[in-house]
Amino acid sequence: MAQAVDTPGASRAPGGADPLIELMGVHKRLGRQQVFREVNLSLNAGETTVVIGESGMGKSVLLKHIVGLMRPDRGHVLYRGERIEHLPDRRMAGIRRDFGFLFQLSALFDSMSAGDNVAFPLAERTDKRKAEIKRIVDEKLRMVGLAEIGHKMPAELSGGQKKRVALARAIALDPSVILYDEPTTGLDPVRADTINELILKLKREMRVTSIVVTHDMASAFKVADRIVMLHEGEFIFDGTCDEIRACADERVSRFIEGRADADDLRSLGENGS
Amino acid sequence: MISFFAAIGARTIASATEFGRFWRFTGATLAFLPSTAMRTKDWGRLMPQFYLVGVRSVPVMMITGLFVGLVLAAQAAAQLRAAGLEERMGVLVNLSLVSELGPVLAGVMLAGRVGGALTAELGTMNVTEQLDALRVMGSNPIRHLVVPRFVACVILAPILTLYCNMMGALGGWFVAVIMESIPSEPYMFYTADAVEKWDLYSGLAKSIVFGGFIGLISCYKGFNCKAGAEGVGRACTSAFVTSFIVILITDFYMLRALQDIYRAVWGFRPLL
Repeated sequence: MAQAVDTPGASRAPGGADPLIELMGVHKRLGRQQVFREVNLSLNAGETTVVIGESGMGKSVLLKHIVGLMRPDRGHVLYRGERIEHLPDRRMAGIRRDFGFLFQLSALFDSMSAGDNVAFPLAERTDKRKAEIKRIVDEKLRMVGLAEIGHKMPAELSGGQKKRVALARAIALDPSVILYDEPTTGLDPVRADTINELILKLKREMRVTSIVVTHDMASAFKVADRIVMLHEGEFIFDGTCDEIRACADERVSRFIEGRADADDLRSLGENGS
Repeated sequence: MISFFAAIGARTIASATEFGRFWRFTGATLAFLPSTAMRTKDWGRLMPQFYLVGVRSVPVMMITGLFVGLVLAAQAAAQLRAAGLEERMGVLVNLSLVSELGPVLAGVMLAGRVGGALTAELGTMNVTEQLDALRVMGSNPIRHLVVPRFVACVILAPILTLYCNMMGALGGWFVAVIMESIPSEPYMFYTADAVEKWDLYSGLAKSIVFGGFIGLISCYKGFNCKAGAEGVGRACTSAFVTSFIVILITDFYMLRALQDIYRAVWGFRPLL
């Protein structure tokens, strides 16, 4: 399966089972940037797929297409075999119940305590009583190791704590898919590793399908079953951790080793002279 | 030359698109009103907005009204006295206040104090992905965030205008009676004789419309602001300027419409 993918349509989930999520021939342009050029991707249930790529290559845009926050210019997005890219908001809201989304900036509601943030989807999407909601909130906060901070406001939390509360909120409705947008960005290595462990724990305990967008290769190698690399609107790699380490494609190896290319170095030289 | 016309064309298309988007946003907000009224769960979101839009705006509205009344009376005093009409000063001050200046200035103050705050709050929520978080959790941000703010602005704008009117009337009376020694009784008599309920209600009707526009424009600008602190700042400025212009334009057209209705029902009314 190790491959540098040069042609669209090659990024397929391994195993042959019916994919849970599929992107088929997706095109997307934002302003002058062609973010996706006929992108194809299939994701199997229970798998953790890490999407890597340079900043501004459309990794977060990919996640937003999967949950219908953005719609493709052309092509299809399928969830459990059903096309969802054209669904109206009301239908889409029902499908989004299956998804948990950890946003890059955590996106906790500033005006609510940590506990109320976690309770929000339960209060909005279920008819559970307050006592039941409180029990679930306590359970989810315990799962992310923050049992005692339910009363605190987001402004009182550290960056790592915010991510964990946001994760507790993302899993409040027991989703079958969790989307992580840069889960370790802005965290020190120890806090980042805590988040990685949480991703593994949630996969183990909740058997969720995970899609992790990151450019943190330590995190990618730790949590990934499969890594795909997005570059200039196309997937240029699809394979396992071992396979990406052995990949001969210069663009892939340079990214995973964190090496600037000749153009970057040249521009630095010119600016500095 | 071609690029000049192309630029004009591009700007026209952008403006028309923005205009269309705003009315779609307005339509979506209005469409959620009945369901919000039926869902007791949503009522809890109204009270904090009533507090922010209403209670915290009262002092600034009272100060605005008071000084508008003081200035109007001080400006008119010498001219009316020269014409021997000083006892009718209350007509000028209070009529201007309740039908025009009260609603317009209260609207402008509301746009500055509340509109700016709404745009900044929603704009920050937008750039920190909180609006997307609401969508992902199956909640519609318009129902959740815009409807309570819109309702608070519509209900509280006329009440705040009443505070403004009341303090303006007091300011006018203070200048006339205390500072200019105009007898209080004829001042009150002529005022009560000239200022009709229609004037008060037409002013309040305008303030309801102004409140609605302020709520919608401020929320729309917040929802569509560009990333970063600069984007939020620009959205706040744009929200205030747009609200201000819309208040003035709406005021003119509502004035004409209300005048036509009055004339059709009661005929021409001489004031002096």
